[in-house]
Amino acid sequence: MTVKYTKDHEWIDTTSGKTGITDYARDALGDLVFLDLPKAGRILKRKEYYAVVESVKAASEIYAPVAGEIVAVNDNLANSLDDLKEDLDKGWIVQLKIADAGDLNDLMDKAAYDAYLRTLG
Amino acid sequence: MSDNVQKTPLHAAHIAANAKMGAFAGYDMPLYYPLGVMKEHEWTRTHCGLFDVSHMGQALIEGENVGVFLERLTPSAFQTLKQNAARYTVLTNAEGGIIDDLIITRLSENKYFMVLNAGCKEKDIAWIKQSLPANIQFTPLPEKALVAIQGPQAEQVIRESCGIDLSVLGYMKLTEAVIEGETVFISRLGYTGEDGFEISVSDKKAETVWNKLAAHSAAQPVGLAARDSLRLEMGYCLYSHDIDETTSPVEADLTWTFRKNNFEFIGCERIKRELAEGAKRKRVGFRLLEKGVAREHCKVQDVNGRKVGEITSGGFSPTLQMGLGQIYVEAPASTVGTKINILVRDKLVAAEVAAMPFLQPKTKTTVKAA
Repeated sequence: MTVKYTKDHEWIDTTSGKTGITDYARDALGDLVFLDLPKAGRILKRKEYYAVVESVKAASEIYAPVAGEIVAVNDNLANSLDDLKEDLDKGWIVQLKIADAGDLNDLMDKAAYDAYLRTLG
Repeated sequence: MSDNVQKTPLHAAHIAANAKMGAFAGYDMPLYYPLGVMKEHEWTRTHCGLFDVSHMGQALIEGENVGVFLERLTPSAFQTLKQNAARYTVLTNAEGGIIDDLIITRLSENKYFMVLNAGCKEKDIAWIKQSLPANIQFTPLPEKALVAIQGPQAEQVIRESCGIDLSVLGYMKLTEAVIEGETVFISRLGYTGEDGFEISVSDKKAETVWNKLAAHSAAQPVGLAARDSLRLEMGYCLYSHDIDETTSPVEADLTWTFRKNNFEFIGCERIKRELAEGAKRKRVGFRLLEKGVAREHCKVQDVNGRKVGEITSGGFSPTLQMGLGQIYVEAPASTVGTKINILVRDKLVAAEVAAMPFLQPKTKTTVKAA
């Protein structure tokens, strides 16, 4: 099991295809009030938005880190927004059937993502 | 940050408090503090929030019969306004649109004090100056800061931190008081629906006054984000969103600000016509009947899928835990309870036209009409 990251602060577990947003993204959003979840079966292009999280401040789109089909949706999150974080058990938003494993090579590993966060201050 | 971004006299205090800063109306302003928008909102409703509103414009206008001039600029009654009473009104343009919404307070027989929106103050000042009669003096007060103290404990916070007893000051009334050796204006009003005050103090003393208030255990600085959600729950207008130079005060449902007599003023022709015939569109509240948040510019449809309007401001109500806001809709769709659908991104969300304010105001006394 390896987790990889995007510059837009999404994470994806390369084994299961579960994906969500990082703690950095979660903190930047502030107080969450609503999560608009997609339905299973949707085919996503890479960087296509599939969910929207509403905070008191603003609406933020969440993007697919790689292309794939949504095979499962974590519907529990809609009623427990506190769980939306970097947590493979509870914090994932959707599970993707990854279309092309080659897409994963473009993503950052944990060390590279942490280094990237440091550049953001 | 570019060099032309302005700072209020309380800028350093916001930075020291670790506020998240952002641009608003040309100023670098606190959007929220480490407490966060939701808790700042709740704190204001239950305790006392401190707001830096020094970016707003303040001005004095004085001279013989200045009330007559103010009644030329606005549809509200100023000749009969009682001394030390404040009134919410609008500046209208020649087409009956709204140049700005503002509060004007009568200080004495021939002297009034006004507070203007930050984003409008330059054009307001130019507008007032261009039609100023020779005997009237108009004096912008750029050296004045403005601090709003809002919430059920606001009176207590001012008493305990500044030694000023405001218990006898009525709603929409101004008094002078001395803080730190300076005579300041304190008005019992605000934009949150809570009991509260605004203190107009010199920029030199502003930080001292702010820090005194902020040191009180019931007081918490609150940023512009919660200021917006607080006013939204009250259904108050935000200029350039819910009202602008194209919307008339009839469309904006601000006819309660109108005077009863001598209804002649700049732009009154359209307004009289709309009063007689009804406006084509009207500002009303909406609330979502499903989970979600619908924000500005979302299109509003009737239940048959026909577009009837658009959201001008919308958000999530921390108090009511639902999405709500303001829309302009065609008159037939403006009745409270009318079912509508709002297009949020690619989804239609069920909503209904709702009465405003969404919450009962807790101001000290109710507003009396002119």
